[in-house]
Amino acid sequence: MSGNAAIGEAAIRAGCQCYFGYPITPQNELTEYMAQNLSRRKGCTFIQAESEISAINMVYGASVAGVRAMTSSSSPGISLKQEGISYLAACELPAVIVNMSRGGPGLGSISAAQSDYYQSTRGGGHGDYRTIVLAPSSVQELADFTHRAFELSDQYLVPVIILGDGMIGQMMEPVEFKHEAPAELPIRERALRGAKGRNSRIIKTFTSNPAELEEINWSLFRRYQLIEKEETTSESYLTEDAKLILVAFGIGARIAKGAIKTARANGMKVGLFRPITLWPFPTKKLQELAKTTKFFLDFEMNMGQMVDDVHLALGDKANISFYGRPGGVIATPAEVLRVITRLYHQKGLDTKK
Amino acid sequence: MKTVYNRPKSLKKRVFHYCPGCGHSIAHRLICEVIDEMGIQDKTVGIPPPGCAVFAYHYFDVDMAESAHGRGAAVGTGLKRANPEAIVFTYQGDGDLAAIGTAETIHAANRGEKLTAIFINNAVYGMTGGQMAPTTLSQMVTTTTPYGRDEKLEGYPIRISEMIALTKGAVYIERVAVNSPAHIIKAKKAIRKAFQVQVDGLGYALVEILSPCPTNWKMTPVESWKWVDEVMSKEFPLGVIKDTTGAKNVD
Repeated sequence: MSGNAAIGEAAIRAGCQCYFGYPITPQNELTEYMAQNLSRRKGCTFIQAESEISAINMVYGASVAGVRAMTSSSSPGISLKQEGISYLAACELPAVIVNMSRGGPGLGSISAAQSDYYQSTRGGGHGDYRTIVLAPSSVQELADFTHRAFELSDQYLVPVIILGDGMIGQMMEPVEFKHEAPAELPIRERALRGAKGRNSRIIKTFTSNPAELEEINWSLFRRYQLIEKEETTSESYLTEDAKLILVAFGIGARIAKGAIKTARANGMKVGLFRPITLWPFPTKKLQELAKTTKFFLDFEMNMGQMVDDVHLALGDKANISFYGRPGGVIATPAEVLRVITRLYHQKGLDTKK
Repeated sequence: MKTVYNRPKSLKKRVFHYCPGCGHSIAHRLICEVIDEMGIQDKTVGIPPPGCAVFAYHYFDVDMAESAHGRGAAVGTGLKRANPEAIVFTYQGDGDLAAIGTAETIHAANRGEKLTAIFINNAVYGMTGGQMAPTTLSQMVTTTTPYGRDEKLEGYPIRISEMIALTKGAVYIERVAVNSPAHIIKAKKAIRKAFQVQVDGLGYALVEILSPCPTNWKMTPVESWKWVDEVMSKEFPLGVIKDTTGAKNVD
């Protein structure tokens, strides 16, 4: 199954009732999967919207109505959705947004890239907010994280972004779906569906009172603190005895893993640290690793975005190098291996005990 | 004794913040009267816009969800599709519906979304201080057309309702005004019909309301009410623009 289709199937099984999309490469298989499999499903809605802006606002409307809703796009389209994501964050409305990112800036290319790290992890739109960002690196994880994205979004009432890329969306791999779609589609409690048997309710962001807005922001901030405490996840691979640890996410981590296997076979003690939640960034876990390993190599398919978070986490407690390929160029494991080998020698790691 | 005038049940007991002579408060009341008469208060969800009517949720005693500028028709689409039993109306100004939200509006209408749009046309951006709107009349002075709207530079007042009427999914479009008792009675009838179209599941319905804005027009309320008749409704003629509700099976 392709990664894009796997997200669609996992979303349906997570009880996603509404999908709103707009064509853009490289995520069209997801929109098409939902057209095929969601549009005629009882109680469900599929709309090919007139723009990404409309699609995210339809998600907003469906979320107001209390159902699970999703949209997907790729980098340029995600830029257009930022207005809506900001409103979702402000109104504490759950939503799942998939970004199968591609090379930028501008129209860029349709090739896989990781240059939307800043946009995804720093809010993306206007205002002081965060979104949970999940970075899968296999088709299986796309399916698993889609389910998790809906759960997290409902639990914390924040939009959740699944940050994939053109490669992971298009690749075919075996996938196991671990969840079944609920027979009864759940409706959230705060939903606006008409004030039957209760007082009428308002979902809004605007206030003319700065103190009230500050209180809303404090409330959001406290929730973000809770998410940082509870939901930060990462993977550590061969890090126990590592003299050099690569830091990479998503498809970059997968490429890095290939390089690390060969490096190990060549006698180099190299490991991988892979943030799975890009926000919240697994700062503490990385700091733990820095107690035993002093050399880190951050690898990304951009010119250095996550590396800022690595620097913020480690400060001057470690030696941090960076290697990146921007613009949708996909680095090969052999290329990353060359960087590892050079660095390993330069830092004298092959001679130190 | 017979009660002939009362506060509608779905209109909250709150003093309007609107300027004297403004059409918003009349439009609000008419919508509330219609909601009461149709007995749909407990299943109505309203979508107010940014702008002067941003606080509409303080007046309507129904569920209300704020929309980003221009996105009302898309938000309404999501709401209605997710919960088809709800009666969903958008309340939008001319900048909202006819400028930034043109795409959302036209395509919601074209899909025949079962929505009721109340479109307030006052020919200016009110809340932001009276800038040129897409519906600003030719030669009209606003803060961004200080020399008067020049068609060669700033284009023409747009008849968005007529454009929407071209979509097959729009089944009922009428332009009314709230500047005289006779017009107000007609406006209420149109609003009632636009809600009934949704209850009957026929398609997209829109009522354009020519609404005085004395503050930004730099007129007294009385002058502004006259101006709607003498100037504005010449560019935006009142009446039914499209009604295919009776002929729904013909297509």
